[in-house]
Amino acid sequence: MNDINTNSKNKVKVDSILKGFPFSNPPLEEDLYKCVHCGFCLQACPTYVQTGLETESPRGRIALMKGVIEGRLTMNNDVIDHWDMCIQCRACEDVCPSGVPYGNLIEKTMSQVSKSRKTSILTKVVNWLLLRRILTDQIILSGLVGTMRIYQKTGMHKLVSVLKVLHLIPGNLGSLHDSMPRISDKFFSADGQTYHPFGEPKKTVGLLSGCIMPLINGPEMRSAIRVLTRNGVKVVVPKEQGCCGAIHSHVGDLVKARDMARRNIDAFLSKDIDAVLSSSAGCSTRMKEYGELLKDDEVYIDKAKQLEYKVKDINEFLYELPIDPPKGRLESNVTYQDPCHLAHTQKIRSQPRELLKLIPGLNLIEMRNSDRCCGAGGTYVITQHKMSLNLMDDKMKTIEETGAQIVTTGNPGCWMQMNQGTQKTNMSVEVKYVTDLLDASYQAERIQNEPETEGTSFNESAWEEERLELRSQWEKRPGDRRKRRDR
Amino acid sequence: MIDSRIIKRLQAVVGKQYVLNKESDLITFEYDGSVDRSQPTVVVLPKSTNEISELMKIASTAEIAIVARGAGTGLSGGAIAEQGGILLSLTRMNQILEIDPENQIAVVEPGVVNLELTQAVSKFDLYYAPDPSSQQACTIGGNIAENSGGPHCLAYGVTTNHVLGIEVVDADGEISWYGGRTREHPGYDLRGIMIGSEGTLSIVTKAILRLSRRPESVKTLLAIYQDLDQASAAVSAVISSGIVPAAMEMMDDLAIKAAEPAVNAGYPENAGAVLLVEVEGLAELVEEDVADIEKVMSKYNPLEIRTAKTELDRTKLWAGRKGALSALGRLAPNYYLIDGTIPPSKLVEVMSKIKEISAEYNVPIANVLHAGDGNLHPAILFDERNDKETKIAFEIGGIILKLCVDAGGALSGEHGIGIEKRELMPYMFNNDDLDSMSKLKTVFDKKSLLNPGKIFPDKAESATTTFSQSSSVSNTGTGAYI
Ligand SMILES: Cc1cc2nc3c(=O)[nH]c(=O)nc-3n(C[C@H](O)[C@H](O)[C@H](O)COP(=O)(O)OP(=O)(O)OC[C@H]3O[C@@H](n4cnc5c(N)ncnc54)[C@H](O)[C@@H]3O)c2cc1C
Ligand code: SF4
Ligand code: SF4
Repeated sequence: MNDINTNSKNKVKVDSILKGFPFSNPPLEEDLYKCVHCGFCLQACPTYVQTGLETESPRGRIALMKGVIEGRLTMNNDVIDHWDMCIQCRACEDVCPSGVPYGNLIEKTMSQVSKSRKTSILTKVVNWLLLRRILTDQIILSGLVGTMRIYQKTGMHKLVSVLKVLHLIPGNLGSLHDSMPRISDKFFSADGQTYHPFGEPKKTVGLLSGCIMPLINGPEMRSAIRVLTRNGVKVVVPKEQGCCGAIHSHVGDLVKARDMARRNIDAFLSKDIDAVLSSSAGCSTRMKEYGELLKDDEVYIDKAKQLEYKVKDINEFLYELPIDPPKGRLESNVTYQDPCHLAHTQKIRSQPRELLKLIPGLNLIEMRNSDRCCGAGGTYVITQHKMSLNLMDDKMKTIEETGAQIVTTGNPGCWMQMNQGTQKTNMSVEVKYVTDLLDASYQAERIQNEPETEGTSFNESAWEEERLELRSQWEKRPGDRRKRRDR
Repeated sequence: MIDSRIIKRLQAVVGKQYVLNKESDLITFEYDGSVDRSQPTVVVLPKSTNEISELMKIASTAEIAIVARGAGTGLSGGAIAEQGGILLSLTRMNQILEIDPENQIAVVEPGVVNLELTQAVSKFDLYYAPDPSSQQACTIGGNIAENSGGPHCLAYGVTTNHVLGIEVVDADGEISWYGGRTREHPGYDLRGIMIGSEGTLSIVTKAILRLSRRPESVKTLLAIYQDLDQASAAVSAVISSGIVPAAMEMMDDLAIKAAEPAVNAGYPENAGAVLLVEVEGLAELVEEDVADIEKVMSKYNPLEIRTAKTELDRTKLWAGRKGALSALGRLAPNYYLIDGTIPPSKLVEVMSKIKEISAEYNVPIANVLHAGDGNLHPAILFDERNDKETKIAFEIGGIILKLCVDAGGALSGEHGIGIEKRELMPYMFNNDDLDSMSKLKTVFDKKSLLNPGKIFPDKAESATTTFSQSSSVSNTGTGAYI
């Protein structure tokens, strides 16, 4: 027989001295050993389904972590590549009968990776700027995004497209250009403002404005607020808040993620509110897990738990409220894409669907694999551009199969990714948040009551003006001396 | 070490990116669902029958071992390349080639996932009947190789009853078809011989499968018992009364304790055992059968008998049962899963002996069983990092399997012999039997390159040899992960 059969490497031996992960706070061995390698998670994993490779599966990634812990592998680039390929969509965690806390395992693993990664000075500087300075500071961020808006408006981006075709721009930058979101004309900003409902509020909530959403989803955030106030909810937007820290944990910068968590805990717990809401599934997931993130912080751990308890995704909150069923008809076929961080981590699947079903005329058509990741996943679009595109293409196909005119979701990452997908494929499908449609239906309700107005199309600025007018009347009512700022 | 010329030839067949031999690749291909571990020398992922045929020719001339792998959910170490060599991962061959709803047939590649086939044909009101608990992950190729069963095989039979024909590639790279699109084929039933051969005779590259029509009505019952004896007695009584439920599954207290937090199916956590019984067919007959079954089960003092009210209830009850084994990971890092069968009439006797063994050795054993057809799945809980625990787990495994054989049953119901149970084969078969089986292997695989070392004991020992521990422990030596 050829010596290929008899090599001594194939009997698996373990070093008696465990080498393990190099830095403190590694993934816990006891968590890794909850994995009984049954494979139940394989088909849930988008990267495994795409590649058919065990190395790109949850079970494989856990085996690599075990390999490092057991001292059989060092954390070299080959190993890291497979963890990097993980979108952190946590679909695997959702289906694992054994309760393997995969999200926590990969987060801790990526933290080890980020500390040991040999990156160029330039990348380090860019990362530092982006993650530590820009994303955490709304003022810098809006300035930068304003520049991006000019870039898109002036037609500069067309020039870049041409240069890209001519291969005059390096690959990474080119893909960054592709995945650049459409910048909204109207920003939203957290200035400590309060939005009041008509009459006495039923509930008061704090709104997490987030880092990216206010810049690309200004109008959508306003829709969400209108839906809340329409349903008797007072909305406060604390000025002291910041990015939820999800992007930082995603790339393994847990130190900064903890900073952001503490900042938000202080910002929201100091307000007298019933709940903390976010329209971004990624953010509400991060915030619901502040306890785990800060579990070694004696000062903050209890407060983190307190805040966790209050955090709700906006769809979850509206469903539980419950809202007044909107009466305005929206004749359309709609489908719903489950954001990973709603379906898999928060188990919120039925609430957004039930909300959509409340809208008269709207016909909800389910798509295949609605909870398979669309490929967005934080910085994944840039770092794993090819895989991200493949997943996006698959998602576009399943959306197309439904024949829906609108696809709804609940996370800015998915929103951007699907917008990019519809542009790329020239599909005439609109991408909306669930709250956009609720708002439109409440709007149509008003229009329907005024028979001379035609159609159900919704004029955002008219509505905004009218709202401001009503607001100022409300504020002028006698006895109200609270200072409010509105935008 | 590996010969780089051979690697180049493998790459020429499937493409460079589908030949994996880095340390970090191999470590993710060293396991399946069982407790054994061993690394292949190289992993190759072909896309077609022709590629497999080419690969076999290369392996055959160079005399390299080839081990097929589906999803790696096997529970007897079948897909583990124990002697190194080529691991043939078939996940890229995952196309459903044809669905013929009129004749209720599907033609599939081996890497198609069991549940995906059912989902793909559901629009025609059809499904693929064999439903292993691992159906969300395991492949048709793996199912055929292990002749897998599942809860509903009590009424509908195991994999072999649902495979009409297969295309295979043998060790020399020759491509053949056994069976076909029709139920009966003249001549020797070579199709039948291939099914359950654990990848030791040929590689399955296509399969023609029989699809079944969804029954008109389904009723699911959950019977809750104070203790295991009563539940076991109820099973024996139902089966001997002549009623054939579509499925009749049992879980004991430990299994319930693991599964309930995983799915919140509403299994009472203080119960000694639960029975999950399903009846299918024409609505009227289902009602009758359910009433009869309830009557029989009631004689054994159930705490409660519930009927699933909605489809969601039913799905949850099944999710609990199907996830039960994996959920054992919540109780211990490893389980050694036994797959012995016994005549259903012996359930009470054997189950209580298993409980005695668990108490005597002070080792927790969880039981999840296809009770209706007497297929036991005692899962011995242990921690592979503790040598002593590991050794005892395998010792107990051997004792329980012998118990099954002595009760008139067999070593394996559906998970295959693989590495795990091969040393016990002489306990069930004499040397002549084993000889005939090895001769059969030689017909298809002269050089013993296909999944070598599996099924057959290292050397045929006599049936009276006392069994002390599984080969997987003795072969890997102390300090090794198995
Ligand atoms: C939690 C859990 C529950 C389970 N429940 C059940 C159950 O209810 N019933 C049951 O029967 N089994 C069950 N199993 C066992 C396992 O899922 C089955 O044996 C399954 O059929 C294996 O399929 P696979 O694709 O994972 O094959 P693998 O594990 O990859 O391989 C299994 C064997 O098949 C061979 N093989 C794979 N593909 C081919 C091919 N194309 N040609 C030739 N040989 C091939 C391999 O060499 C190996 O010997 C369970 C496993 C787990 C982990
Ligand atoms: S489902 Fe859970 S236990 Fe099973 S392989 Fe995946 S992570 Fe491991
Ligand atoms: S988090 Fe998503 S991409 Fe990562 S292993 Fe789990 S399922 Fe796969």
